[in-house]
Amino acid sequence: RMAEDGKEDNFLMKPCLCGIKMVEEGCTLLRRMEICVAEAEKRSGKNAVNMQETFTVYLIETRPMDALNEGRNPAPDSLWRRYSEFELLRNYLIVTYPYIVVPPLPEKRAEFVWHKLSADNMDPDFVERRRVGLENFLLRVASHPVLSNDKILYHFLTEEHGWKEVVYETGFQAKVLQIFTSAKEVIRFMEMKHYSDELQSHTSQLLRARARVADRLYGVYKVHGNYGRVFSEWSAIEKEMGDGLQSAGHHMDAYAASIDDILEEEEHYADQLKEYLFYAEALRAVCRKHELTQFELEMASQDLISKKQQREELATGIVRTFSFKGMTNKLFGQEAPEQREARLKLLEELIAEGEDTVKEKTVECEEHVERAWVDMQRFKEQKDKDLREALINYAVMQISMCKKGIQVWGNAKECFLKM
Amino acid sequence: SRRQMLVVDVPVLGVFSLVQNTSLADGGPMPNSPSSLVNQYRLEEEEEQPGADAKDFFITVDNPESHVTAIETFIMYRVVTKTTRSEFDSSEYEVRRRYQDFLWLRGRLEESHPTLIVHPLPEKFVMKGMVERFNDGFIETRRKALHRFLNKISEHPVLSYSQHFKVFLTAQELTSHRKQGPGFLSRMGETVRAVANSVRGLRSRPEEFSVMQEYVDHFSTKICSVDKVTQRIIKEQREYLDELRQYGPTYTQWAELEEDLAEPLKGVADCVERCSQETEEQIQQLSEVLVPALHEYVLCAETLKAVMRRRDNIQAEFEAKNEALASRKADQDAEEVDGLAERVEVANTTLKEDWSRWQKAMRTDLRSALISTTEKNVDYYEKVSLAMVCSQ
Repeated sequence: RMAEDGKEDNFLMKPCLCGIKMVEEGCTLLRRMEICVAEAEKRSGKNAVNMQETFTVYLIETRPMDALNEGRNPAPDSLWRRYSEFELLRNYLIVTYPYIVVPPLPEKRAEFVWHKLSADNMDPDFVERRRVGLENFLLRVASHPVLSNDKILYHFLTEEHGWKEVVYETGFQAKVLQIFTSAKEVIRFMEMKHYSDELQSHTSQLLRARARVADRLYGVYKVHGNYGRVFSEWSAIEKEMGDGLQSAGHHMDAYAASIDDILEEEEHYADQLKEYLFYAEALRAVCRKHELTQFELEMASQDLISKKQQREELATGIVRTFSFKGMTNKLFGQEAPEQREARLKLLEELIAEGEDTVKEKTVECEEHVERAWVDMQRFKEQKDKDLREALINYAVMQISMCKKGIQVWGNAKECFLKM
Repeated sequence: SRRQMLVVDVPVLGVFSLVQNTSLADGGPMPNSPSSLVNQYRLEEEEEQPGADAKDFFITVDNPESHVTAIETFIMYRVVTKTTRSEFDSSEYEVRRRYQDFLWLRGRLEESHPTLIVHPLPEKFVMKGMVERFNDGFIETRRKALHRFLNKISEHPVLSYSQHFKVFLTAQELTSHRKQGPGFLSRMGETVRAVANSVRGLRSRPEEFSVMQEYVDHFSTKICSVDKVTQRIIKEQREYLDELRQYGPTYTQWAELEEDLAEPLKGVADCVERCSQETEEQIQQLSEVLVPALHEYVLCAETLKAVMRRRDNIQAEFEAKNEALASRKADQDAEEVDGLAERVEVANTTLKEDWSRWQKAMRTDLRSALISTTEKNVDYYEKVSLAMVCSQ
């Protein structure tokens, strides 16, 4: 099948994604091979549990660069792959090259949609965007100085059938376990963490500002108490104004005194907010626990991987990675077969234990996020109810304070009117 | 006793016959009939402001404009006078006056009527917190005070008939008038005499004036205290307002994080905002109504003290000459002593009259300012309360 002219031109025109690298550093695969994801098609078939399903397949086309450079235009080799196979390739790469930032795939499902209509994975626009994304992925991987050398990648691009078996034979899955989590889980966890941080920040800011306001309001009320004293003294020298000033003075004293009760009541409101400030801390603790569990899982996984590698080395005698044991063996000669057997046996036991540990931790992680999410919803409901009530009470308190103010100043006015 | 009798009964007609007979430095025409004057005076004794027909002056001070000369920069104010007084050739005048002109007028009024209580002028310089002399707020405050000054003079039964007052309101060019009349030297002479007399001390001050003196001293302290307390309240309110402005937004920001809780949070934020606006208005009322009124009477207290000193000096001068006459020293003229005795009588009587008038005005003015403050505060709480209710 021929690629569309437009696409071909586009590819040649389009600067290679690591364009400069390709020329200068000599990225291997992409220099040897032109790659593109030409088309997409709907297929239906039976899946693993024998159910009928519809899915999309993508056409990968490759052509040798030498031919193109010589001006020839040979027909491309091509094969069909579905999204799950791309995923498998990527997972393999992540596990095999854990130190490499592996290029991402486009979305599996349409998330963050603006229009409900395009939540459909079969939507032509979505499929087209995905095709572009998959091509982008392949170009990036094929131009990566390390990843592009991988045999599995090459097979992915060239051998339609039996590729999956080859991948599984690498045994990479032993290393996979739960090092990656689903997008939904990640998002949920991040949301929780973000919310708890924000809640803590906002409540503490509010409480601080409220305390400062209360402090200032206290000052305003108390200074009015001076009016009480001065009016009283002044009333002593006045005839007509005397009574009025004296009684107004008393009201000013009452006004100044009233702030104590008002602020005392407000402390209850502050306490209600403080409770949720501390709740936020508790939320954060849940998030930290999740992170801790994740960490433990990763440690267990790493440990298991390393033990499996050791077993492989012992069994085959081939040293894949650098290790001190390997070096000492080379320097001082290999050990006796009996010792090797013993070590192998021990390793097998440890590996079995390790696998159990990893399974446990995985379940723990999953359950933790799931349960935390559920409790989070409960917490939110409780918080909304409690704080709504607290805010209403606060407003009621303020109204009551205003009523007192109206009364005092109304009374003072009466005193002055009588002067 | 807490209350002290300060008002002294004085026959009204008697005052003005005395005034007519004494030669004043002031050369102005006196009112034609004592009875018409009595009616006017009686109206002023009522608690309410004299009705529109009793008021025969409408004076405004406005339109401050900067004047630049080679030597100095100063502000000129526009003074517009509308009057029904027959002594004035026209019924309407417009002149431009500077602060120094007001100072001149007041000086002449005090000089002509040493024991009348002449309303104070705003201060020459403002001590605290002012960097620029011609700051807009400063000019406006001064303008209002100058306006009040002229209106107070125009309402005074004696001062409003002053020739100097008329000249101030009507003459296009004031500088020529400012050079006439008893000048610098005579004022110097008076000051020297006053100092000499004060060294001597008074024989005996009449009881009623001792009482008055005591009142003046106490009043001065009290009114200063009230002024200070009010300024302090303004300061506290301003700081409260600053904090409120930080407080409201904490609710708004939190609301952005929430869903169901966003609405009540925003409600509280709005209330706090409302509170801020109302507090700002409160501060404005205090600064523009209560403080100026209190401050005016702080200055009045100083005026009262000066008036009392001048009265004492008049008495002291008479006593000195009288003693000299009695001890037959150095050719003391008996007629001169009689003149001085009468001068003391006039001084005392005019002061007593004006004292009662002043007290009434003081009560009216301060009462009004205090009531206005209480009304504003009630209004404040009503508005804030309403906002809270709505937010629920």
